[in-house]
Amino acid sequence: MEQILELKDLKVQFPINIGTVRAIDGVSLKLEQGEVMGLVGESGCGKSTLGFSILRLLRPPGRIVSGEILYHGQDIVQMSEKEILSLRGNKIAMIFQDPLTSLNPLFRIDQQFIETLLTHEKGLEKKSAFTRAEKILESLGISPERLLEYPHQMSGGMRQRIMIGMGLILNPDLLIADEPTTSLDVIVEAQFLDLLNDLRRQYNLTIILITHNLGNVAQLADRITVMYGGTIAETGPAGAIFEDPLHPYSQGLLASIPNIKLDQPKLMTMPGSPPDLVNPPAGCVFHPRCPRAIDICKVERPGVIKQDGRLVSCWLYR
Amino acid sequence: MRNLTRYIITRVLLTIPMVLILLSILFVVLRLTPGDPVSAMLGGHAPERVIEQKKEELGLNRPMVIQYLDYLWQVCRLDLGESMVFKQRVTTAIAEKLPATIELTFFGLIITLFLGVFMGAYAADRRRQIQDSAIRLYGIVVYCIPVYWMGLMLQLTFGIWLDILPIAGRTGPRVFASTFEKTGFYILDTILVRDFSALGDVMIHLILPSFTLGLVLSGIFVRLTRANMLDVLRADYIIAAEARGIRHRKIVYKHALKNAFIPILTMMGLQVALLMAGAVLTETTFSWPGMGRLLLERIYLRDYPTIQGTIIVFALIVASVSLIVDIIYAIVDPRIRY
Repeated sequence: MEQILELKDLKVQFPINIGTVRAIDGVSLKLEQGEVMGLVGESGCGKSTLGFSILRLLRPPGRIVSGEILYHGQDIVQMSEKEILSLRGNKIAMIFQDPLTSLNPLFRIDQQFIETLLTHEKGLEKKSAFTRAEKILESLGISPERLLEYPHQMSGGMRQRIMIGMGLILNPDLLIADEPTTSLDVIVEAQFLDLLNDLRRQYNLTIILITHNLGNVAQLADRITVMYGGTIAETGPAGAIFEDPLHPYSQGLLASIPNIKLDQPKLMTMPGSPPDLVNPPAGCVFHPRCPRAIDICKVERPGVIKQDGRLVSCWLYR
Repeated sequence: MRNLTRYIITRVLLTIPMVLILLSILFVVLRLTPGDPVSAMLGGHAPERVIEQKKEELGLNRPMVIQYLDYLWQVCRLDLGESMVFKQRVTTAIAEKLPATIELTFFGLIITLFLGVFMGAYAADRRRQIQDSAIRLYGIVVYCIPVYWMGLMLQLTFGIWLDILPIAGRTGPRVFASTFEKTGFYILDTILVRDFSALGDVMIHLILPSFTLGLVLSGIFVRLTRANMLDVLRADYIIAAEARGIRHRKIVYKHALKNAFIPILTMMGLQVALLMAGAVLTETTFSWPGMGRLLLERIYLRDYPTIQGTIIVFALIVASVSLIVDIIYAIVDPRIRY
């Protein structure tokens, strides 16, 4: 399998009044062509920031302070503005949490499609751009006449399909989906995940699915990466992580999913709250909340440990 | 579309009570102010008999209520009456002066919008950088400057020191008035008779007054545009557009600016009243023969009918601009339906 994306010791920081937020603190990851990777973790763990970093879409004051993002071997961090513009939407597409606000309300759908197409394919005729937009809408199960409508005339699920259509119309090979179903209701959500699964085969897409919903990940992902406090807690094949999570944080995360088969009087929850990323705890970032913390956790950060083809960042497996 | 028509008709009908209320207030306030047309005309030392005779002539001796109802009836017949001071119909006086004011305020508004909107958008894009601070400072300073002072300073700089622009009037002395007989809008008139040297002269005379008006009002638009743009630039669809590889400048000045434009339009509708007030001052500073100066002159003379007529016309302009703004909303934003 060809490697499509590799992050090497990526660090992203947001300097603010009271200090520096270490939103991503040394993340290394590899992604193979055609793979769907679920990126999970609680709010503020850096998963969305990671998605934005890959396209260099961080809002100021956020910036990549060190590390590499290799896309087909080319470092995105070092690219010129022009080079990164030609990747965005063209080679790497991104869809967002809220489809209701991700489309510009004042432009018709076809105008937004055509603009995207003409941005990357200079000299393309408007008419053929329109035809291509019609085709992709049809393949997403939306009648092509709706191209002439405005975003507010469509439902949330439809708008999310349009967003993904706009993402895929230029045949990218990498799709970053940042909580794409969070604002959809469960039925539309299930339909959307099915669609994503189809599209993945059809376009041979590599997908980074950012979510805090483990159910989504279970349906779609080949591999799961669990993030905590700007670092990777654990990464491995989806099945293995669901069956036997290694990191105490992943264990806690899985245990806190309500299970209808178990007779639980009370839902398991993890004590404590996400770490303060301005002053992260010494040692392992998770140790203040970890039920199995040992002395060394408070002092030294665990490196990445290989265990059964999985990578985990925890002293328990040293 | 049918709804829009109905909306327009309702709005037009609503201006009728507005004008009536305005007229009543005006009528009372004008007669409460000390002085009257007769003493303004004849001075304080005229014999009692002459004053009485003149008052009788102008109908000022009749009971106030009768005068009021009489005037209202006149207005209902779309007649603004006759000046109490000159042998001149009020509508004629207004028709003579209105084009000058419209020309001035139109260009003033264009300058305001152009400067205000683009500077505001640019400042928002360069948030917290030196350009942003400079533009914000400009906005505040210009907003605080009184119109007449700005006018005087521009006259001093461009008219006296640099001596490149005329400081008064609508035309220079060499342009014959016969050119301006068709519409009263000098720009249109000169174009109609293809007298391009006269057109140039008219344009040169417009520069200082319209910049005075435009600069002062641009301050508020700078601040408003900047604030709205900052909101819009945070919106999801802006980052989504960036994620599709669209050029930053296009995103700012097309995607974002169009979205920030609705509140700017609202403000524009409201500012037209201020624009008219500014026009009164600008016209006085620049000896611009428009409605503002007409109003001011006739206030000194206590020429009741002309004052009332002029103010009604000002009010109608403000009302029609705000109606036009409402119609433009629906064109800019497809979500707005009437």
